[in-house]
Amino acid sequence: MRGNEAIAEGAIRAGCRFYAGYPITPQNELFEYMAKRLPQAGGIFLQCESEVAGINMIWGAACTGTRAMTSSSGPGISLMSEGLTTLAAGQLPCVVVDVTRAGPGLGRIAPAQSDYRQVTKGGGHGDYRAIVLGPASTQEMAELVALAFHLGDLYRNPVIILMDGMLGQMMEPVDFDLVKPLPVPDKPWALRGKGDGPRKMIYAAPFDDPGLIQLNQELTEKYRQIEEREQRWEEILLDGAKLVVLAFGSAARVALDAVQVARAEGLPVGMIRPITLWPFPQKGLAKLRQTAKAFLDVEMNAGQMQEDLERVVGPDFPIYHLGQGGGKIIYPDEVYEEITRLFQIADCGLRI
Amino acid sequence: MKKIFGRPDSLTDFPYPYCSGCGHGIVQRLVGEAMDDLGIVGRAIGVTSAGCSVRNWKQFACDMTMGLHGRGPAVATGLKRTAPECIIFTYQGDGDLAAIGTGEIVHAAARCERITVIYVNNAVFGATGGQQAPTTLLGQKTTSFPGGRDPRTGGYPLRMAEMLAGVSPESFIARVSIHDVKHINQAAKAIRRSFEVQLNDEGFALVECLSMCPTQWKVSPLDAVKWIEKNMIPYYPLGEFTTPKGN
Repeated sequence: MRGNEAIAEGAIRAGCRFYAGYPITPQNELFEYMAKRLPQAGGIFLQCESEVAGINMIWGAACTGTRAMTSSSGPGISLMSEGLTTLAAGQLPCVVVDVTRAGPGLGRIAPAQSDYRQVTKGGGHGDYRAIVLGPASTQEMAELVALAFHLGDLYRNPVIILMDGMLGQMMEPVDFDLVKPLPVPDKPWALRGKGDGPRKMIYAAPFDDPGLIQLNQELTEKYRQIEEREQRWEEILLDGAKLVVLAFGSAARVALDAVQVARAEGLPVGMIRPITLWPFPQKGLAKLRQTAKAFLDVEMNAGQMQEDLERVVGPDFPIYHLGQGGGKIIYPDEVYEEITRLFQIADCGLRI
Repeated sequence: MKKIFGRPDSLTDFPYPYCSGCGHGIVQRLVGEAMDDLGIVGRAIGVTSAGCSVRNWKQFACDMTMGLHGRGPAVATGLKRTAPECIIFTYQGDGDLAAIGTGEIVHAAARCERITVIYVNNAVFGATGGQQAPTTLLGQKTTSFPGGRDPRTGGYPLRMAEMLAGVSPESFIARVSIHDVKHINQAAKAIRRSFEVQLNDEGFALVECLSMCPTQWKVSPLDAVKWIEKNMIPYYPLGEFTTPKGN
């Protein structure tokens, strides 16, 4: 199954019953899979007139308590920014999939990870956060899309799944039976008409003082709880590792090969793979300050996640970067060469 | 003693924040009366928009949510598709619907979404201080075109009801005015009909209400009433532009 299809099937199995999307490469298979399968599952598929309309349809669907999703790529995600910050302000759950293409601007459809900063730091205006998950395999896509709907409902917050063109097109077997079913909470806040009861309102603009100040305090506290409870990462060969490779998504798949080969050759290198990109896995990384001598950040961008690593380990800790945006795919040989090179140079304290 | 006049049950007692002579209070009352008449307040969900009417979620007594500037019809689409048993309406001004929201309203109309759109046209951006709207009349002075609307620089006023009638085959689209009692009574019928069309699953419904904005027109409330008759109705003719087939 293709990655884009695994996300779509996983979403339907996780209870997604509303999807609004607009064609953009490289996410079209996800959109088309939804067009075919979602109505069969009793859900609503809508081809919207723009990503701007799409994210606002998601607002409407989320208001009725429906599990709702949209997907796009960088330019479309940029168009959704106002909607995303508003969903965060209105505390409405939804899932947004970004199958990243190379930017900046219109860019091109080749794989890149250059939307990392946009999705983990906001994109839209105001003090808000979206939970961001970064799968690295087709099986993990099926698992993380279920987790995305769960976390979205639990915290009443938008959740973004950050993919890229390579992950979206990659074909791998998926066993949906391995995906843990997660409980769907009651949504007493949802709008379905008040009936004989009190009316309900969902809005993102409490104009009257101190409404917006209180909302900001409430959101800040919620984001603190998410940072405390929801950091997820994978540790690979970290025992005794002096050099730690940091990579997510498809870059992590590539880097893993290189790390395994180098380790088999006796180099003390390990790897840490963030699964939640926000909250960033600070807990997993902070403890490596004691054991590691240097980090190698491998990303298909100019080093966006590296900024988060610097914040955790401090500005003086040696960090090297490999990779760039624009559609340049990283190969395992390049990562392997960089690992061996770093063990040869004196100033990173790795020379054996 | 028999009560012969009062606030519709579909409106709350939250005071209107509008200027003297503003038309929003009348239009909101007509929406409230229509919901009372049809007994739908318990299953209605309203969508407010950006502009002077942004806070009317406080005044409608049904479930309420908001649409970002211009996005009401997209929000209403998400609501109606996932809660088809509910009656969904948007309440939008002319800046919201006819400027930034043209994409959403055109496609909601073309899909013949089963929603009701209450569109209030007062020919100006009211809340932001009286700038030119897409509906501002030729020659009308605004803060962004102080010399008056010149089509060569500011374009022509958009007749949204006619334009949407052209793309929405299953629909009820009408233009009414609320500047005097006779026209308010006609408006009440059209607004009620716009909810019936949704209740009967007949199609998309939109009522454009020509409405007074004395503050931004820089005239007295009484002169604003005359201003509609003299300036707006000649350019924005009243009437029904589409009605659902079979009626």
